[in-house]
Amino acid sequence: MRHLLSIDDLDRAGIERVLDRAASFAEVAGREIKKVPALRGRTVVNLFYEASTRTSSSFELAAKRLSADLVSIRAATSAVAKGESLKDTIATLTAYDPAAIVIRSPHAGAAQLVAGWTDAAVVNAGDGKHEHPTQALLDVFTLRQRLGSLDGVKIWIVGDVLHSRVARSDILAFTRMGAQVTLSGPPTLIPRGIEALGCSVEPTLDRLPEADVVYVLRMQHERMQEAYVPSLREYAMRYQIGMDRLQPHQLLMHPGPVNRGVELSGDAIDSPQALIGQQVEAGVVVRMAVLYELLAGVHASRTAPAPIEVAA
Amino acid sequence: MSVKGLFFRGGREAELLIRGAHLLDPRTGLDGPGDVLVRAGEIAEVGAPGTLVAPEGAETIEAEGLHLFPGFVDPHVHFRTPGQEHKEDLATGTASAAAGGFTAVIAMPNTSPTVDDAPVLRSLRDAAELQARVPVGFLAAITKGLGGEVLTEMAELRDAGALGFTDDGRPVSSAGMLRKALQYQRLAGGVLGLHEEDTTLSNGCVMHEGEVSARLGLAGYPSIGESTIVARDAAIAAFEDGRMHFQHLSAAESVEALAYWKGRGAQVTGEASPHHLTLTHEVVRTLDTRYKMNPPLRAEADRQALIAGLKDGTIDCIATDHAPHAKHEKEVPFEEAPNGVTGLETSFASVYTELVKPGIIPLSLLVEKLTSGAALFDLCTPKIEVGLPANLALLDLDAEWVVGEHGYASRSQNSCFFGRSFNGVVRLTVAAGTVAHRALAGAEVTA
Repeated sequence: MRHLLSIDDLDRAGIERVLDRAASFAEVAGREIKKVPALRGRTVVNLFYEASTRTSSSFELAAKRLSADLVSIRAATSAVAKGESLKDTIATLTAYDPAAIVIRSPHAGAAQLVAGWTDAAVVNAGDGKHEHPTQALLDVFTLRQRLGSLDGVKIWIVGDVLHSRVARSDILAFTRMGAQVTLSGPPTLIPRGIEALGCSVEPTLDRLPEADVVYVLRMQHERMQEAYVPSLREYAMRYQIGMDRLQPHQLLMHPGPVNRGVELSGDAIDSPQALIGQQVEAGVVVRMAVLYELLAGVHASRTAPAPIEVAA
Repeated sequence: MSVKGLFFRGGREAELLIRGAHLLDPRTGLDGPGDVLVRAGEIAEVGAPGTLVAPEGAETIEAEGLHLFPGFVDPHVHFRTPGQEHKEDLATGTASAAAGGFTAVIAMPNTSPTVDDAPVLRSLRDAAELQARVPVGFLAAITKGLGGEVLTEMAELRDAGALGFTDDGRPVSSAGMLRKALQYQRLAGGVLGLHEEDTTLSNGCVMHEGEVSARLGLAGYPSIGESTIVARDAAIAAFEDGRMHFQHLSAAESVEALAYWKGRGAQVTGEASPHHLTLTHEVVRTLDTRYKMNPPLRAEADRQALIAGLKDGTIDCIATDHAPHAKHEKEVPFEEAPNGVTGLETSFASVYTELVKPGIIPLSLLVEKLTSGAALFDLCTPKIEVGLPANLALLDLDAEWVVGEHGYASRSQNSCFFGRSFNGVVRLTVAAGTVAHRALAGAEVTA
């Protein structure tokens, strides 16, 4: 693996390799000293063109725990705000000879473009409404920890699929791992033709009890102004996941940040069926595994300085 | 110099004997080998192969194995002058046209400033007379600044040489405004060229709506965003008995609507671009911005409907919508990139390779559709006929070339066919009696 731009860059074995690596890092995370020297002397650049809390902070932590040197750039405070093009920004950063560039952009395909302009390994930390592959990997990791395998597991993704890069990467990753994916949400927010990705679509939650896992997407307030739904109240009445709708056997997931009382009720968020906290935890170790695979793994683009044992 | 609504710099009148080429002209019925003698820029003689002799001072071109067609006409190009000469100008745009075998082109008015008053149009005519290698005609805007609210001085613009009117790049959203333009057409004359798009269905969209846009998370522009406006406007044209030409049709439903109104006797015509005839939204999966244009590449069923329309006459002509953009403008994420692709240098070769070679349409139909744009805008249709000005394109149909390999004659590189192998190399273009392009055997192909 040269870059991680899309879940399509990984086959099932590739996903499993990254997640096995993440599991070994999870061991390290349990120790008091959480750092390993795997990427000592190598530079990771975090380039974020969009507001982000959990993705940017978990990539930062992941790089630091691998002992990499880290540069974090936020578009609003950089030359980008002065009108510099993405290509010129990448040329500037490439002069620092980074081993990896992690990029979050409001535009589909930005990470792929960057990969064409630099020798560094590029990690897509979210590009427009296209993909968010590390989120999908941490979601699979979380489910694998809990269920062992995703084969035959029925996963419902509920909410605003149209504007969700998480949904797209999740559909690809979940189905690749053997799960059956069903999408449900307001018909205005389900993209025409999405079934081509190998999932089915249900306009209502009537058959939600069939699901093993309910994956709820964030419902953004802007969507109401754009008239995708008449009101958040009506949305909540039809699609909010609360303990009234959630079956005892079902697991609940959400990529965060949650709009409490909109797509999820408070009691559901706090219920033991919710894996939301585990997802956040998984974020750091999965991103460590991705950086490790790209920069020091057997398929890394450049040879690592020396083989390094992770486990002490 | 000007020839009936077209303007160009002129040049030495060609003295040529083109010997032994396969002559093909669907309008004169020529379809076989022959000799063509051009004297003082006019077609002086057409004879059986090996029968004509070059007079003194005339150049002989041994063209056995090559095809000689009437020069192509493109009624839809963007030459970016005035205002955006970093993308293209009249010199590079017409060089690109000549390299594609075109002997007449019609430039769109969405420049900066817009061609919406006579002084701007006159300045363009003057510039064409200095720079244009191939005759250029101009459309003026329907509404001031393409704003959709105030009609341009259409009558004065016609007197100043406008072949017709268009707000291309944008639709005339208001049906009431369009009706007024059609009523005013009775005074001013000139066809209305229409870019059909319901912006309430396409707002913010960057590609065709379908499984590819669903996969990529890109906002999709549904086919009905075009076809419903085609149907609306054709009905208005019929009601006012006005002349209307639909530009760059992309959707199956639009072809259907056009066929319906043609059947009802409305004076409506339509064009399709080589890219809509040969590519679909599947290529956008690469997120390469060279596949971004408006209207977008649509589904295979739409492409098939356009081909069927070409065959049954619903689609009147092929037009490139040649829309150059600078490299840095296209080197951005897909959603940020401007719409538009170049097309003049690949128009014949793309359709020849993708549709004629596999036997989907006959060669004569391609030649017809690459020349029929002229009559739609009241221009003379190029023909291989004694006594007419020489407008000729000499092509090697077997020669294979890779698009972009040796650069482009256009100032811009945004071809959606980059890297593809095509058959059909333009060896010689004679436009309005002057040699506009020459790449005879052994010469490097610059397209």
